[in-house]
Amino acid sequence: MRARYFVALAVIAFLALAALAPSVLAPGDPLAIAPLDSFQPPSLSHFFGTDESGRDIYTRVIHGTGASLLIGIAATAIGLGLAIVFGLLAGFGPRWLDFGTTRFLEVLFAFPGLLFALLFIVVYGPGVVTSTIAVGLSTAPGYARIIRSRVIQVRTSPYLEAAVVLGRGRTTRIVRHVLPNVAGALFVLGTLGVGQSIVWASSLSYLGLGAVPPAAEWGAMLSAGRTYIASFWWMTFFPGLFIVLSAAATTLLGRAIQQRGRES
Amino acid sequence: MSLLSVSGLSVAFGARTVVSDVSFELEPGECIGIVGESGSGKSVTARALLGLAGRRARVSASSLAFDGLEIQDATPRRLRSLRGREIGYVSQGALVALDPLRPVGREISDSLRLHTSSTPAQRRARVLELLAEVGVPEPSLRAGQRPDELSGGLRQRAVIASAIALRPRLLIADEPTTALDSTVQAGILDLLERLREQGTALILISHDLAVVSRLASRVLVMNAGQIVESGPTAQVLGEPRHPYTRRLIAAVPTDRPRGTRLTPAAEGAPVSVGNSGLQVLDDPKTTVSAPEATSTPEFPTNPVVRAGAAVVSASRLSRRFGGTLAVDDVSFTLERGRTLGVVGESGSGKTTVARLVLALDRPDSGDVRLLGEPWTTATERERRALRPRIGAIYQDALSSFDPRMTVGGIVADALTHGRSTRAGAEVTALLERVGLDATVAGRRPLHLSGGQQQRVAIARAIAAKPDVIVCDEPVSSLDVSVQAQVLDLLDDLQRDLGLSYLFITHDLGVVRHVSDDVLVMQHGRVVESGPTEAVFADPREAYTRALFASAPRIAVWRAPSERP
Repeated sequence: MRARYFVALAVIAFLALAALAPSVLAPGDPLAIAPLDSFQPPSLSHFFGTDESGRDIYTRVIHGTGASLLIGIAATAIGLGLAIVFGLLAGFGPRWLDFGTTRFLEVLFAFPGLLFALLFIVVYGPGVVTSTIAVGLSTAPGYARIIRSRVIQVRTSPYLEAAVVLGRGRTTRIVRHVLPNVAGALFVLGTLGVGQSIVWASSLSYLGLGAVPPAAEWGAMLSAGRTYIASFWWMTFFPGLFIVLSAAATTLLGRAIQQRGRES
Repeated sequence: MSLLSVSGLSVAFGARTVVSDVSFELEPGECIGIVGESGSGKSVTARALLGLAGRRARVSASSLAFDGLEIQDATPRRLRSLRGREIGYVSQGALVALDPLRPVGREISDSLRLHTSSTPAQRRARVLELLAEVGVPEPSLRAGQRPDELSGGLRQRAVIASAIALRPRLLIADEPTTALDSTVQAGILDLLERLREQGTALILISHDLAVVSRLASRVLVMNAGQIVESGPTAQVLGEPRHPYTRRLIAAVPTDRPRGTRLTPAAEGAPVSVGNSGLQVLDDPKTTVSAPEATSTPEFPTNPVVRAGAAVVSASRLSRRFGGTLAVDDVSFTLERGRTLGVVGESGSGKTTVARLVLALDRPDSGDVRLLGEPWTTATERERRALRPRIGAIYQDALSSFDPRMTVGGIVADALTHGRSTRAGAEVTALLERVGLDATVAGRRPLHLSGGQQQRVAIARAIAAKPDVIVCDEPVSSLDVSVQAQVLDLLDDLQRDLGLSYLFITHDLGVVRHVSDDVLVMQHGRVVESGPTEAVFADPREAYTRALFASAPRIAVWRAPSERP
């Protein structure tokens, strides 16, 4: 059990290093083309092989980490940020506000997340920034619902009642008890959400709606390799592997935090 | 030959031995009681008999024989047919033992379907028969309902019905009446007694000596996995030899006059059990008579009492939820330094009264005054200045603590001046005042025992130096000896700090022990009120009499064969 989380932490540490200082792990230029070296299989000189222009896939995957992780984190931040506003409004506000917000969230829920993101991109045009916002927007309703129910759960809990009995005012109760207890859940949600957002952002890039080639971004690389998947598997395998690894590692870490929260 | 013969039973989880060297025999139609506190190993003993101790448990015994069959050697298949068919099991927390998504009738017919060849129509008829037999009214309606549509008592009866569906020769009942109201409990105990009379052997596991004394002819007292004392009920409860048994009996508050201590004052001090209200009767049924008036209890009068000063006065309180009147025209006065007990069964409105007094809920009509000031009619902002004068402790102390906070944080939070440099010393003083070591300040309540959690709750309640504390079932989920400690602590605090208590409980023994005055509630109304001893000695209303009669008391009785 424990070993799993150490592996997850190690993967995250590796990804963080790749994102912050890609040159340490891969000193080459991710965009440098070498037409003579095209379609090389994985070897000691090209760990992950090369693509159709002879670019080193290992270097591109490492340099793409920053973009992919940033999209994942930024999208989660946007999603959670919106969700906090809606969730707190619904959880703390008067009944009509809760009703209105909840119905609004339900309307958003009616759209499958990715479809909603696509709609947004259709209106505002493709690109890294729009796809990040789109992913953030489409994850927000889910988070908002969880935050709302958590706020209501804490607000109606016996310990909040105990605080009323002690004569604590509304503001004190919210600041001292409700927000900290909701924040714990938020942290878990955020960690779990990053993995999901990476997958979604990569999906959008794969569809050509996010980062565009030749930018080194996992989803875009996956898309570029699609044409050659039958002959040159490494072009899609390694970007895909990193998407899976990062999503799995952040999810595992989120679960571990969740578990600890339950035990303490 | 005995129906069940256990010798040298030990159960260990890893390196920890939780049951060691337990031996006893059980005859058909006999009831044996296993008493002890949580963690004493009584439930594990029962589960080991069924082969249900769990995968990590190592069970060993020199003999574990049911009707001549060695359970240890039985194949899992044979064991399965034994369970349900020959041995019925009513598990602890039977209130959650039923599948919430299935009608109870289906649940009961399961064992019939698994162990007998019968047609659905036969099974259905048998289920209705069983439900009627365990005293469920309107069986055909109830059989089709899911557990959440049934009351606690009915659910418990349904569980028993499923356990006895195949007329097992041995029924193991683990805390079968814990968490039930006393009148409901009395009905369940009558049902078990009837089964015993029909020849079913019964193992009754309970922390409640009164329950055990009503049914069992022999008692095993367990402590820390060992049988410390065993023998005929009359002998064990009447002339306990082991100090642990004496302590258990002394801790029972029933019939202990107000002001007497339930726990030994100091290490080694003798505990008298001579006056614990133990009755020797020829038949358990006679316990139904109302208790006789006890002689004037001798206890030191509270030095802080300034009689007549009303701390809480409620007048004509009413509160309606939907179509039902939860509280209907309730009035009372709580005087300084005194305890007003509010007793009634679940649904009688006593908790609603507590919430109204704490101003957590507004009455539809009537009002509560605190220290002579308007309380329920004031706004929350106006109330805030008076809030420190009233405190509360609850049945579930743990859920009343912010899960992120440490014990020290929880107590410090309640100090009126908030977190200051003096807070640390004050928290230590408060924790020591309630009998906790100052080192628990850094721990989280989740890791404390139930009794310690309740002590933390009491420390928090007295931190703001209140005049009155509303106690809502504060000892109902505690073991009897821990309950005794908490009740003694509350009594000490009342004496030292001049506190008044509004003490809400369904436990008649507890209410009689702690209260100066008592309100008996039913269906939201006060059916009877007055000085505790007067009400208990001479209940005027039929409901009060029925309620008191149903309270199980430690009463030992001689089996017919032993009668002179």
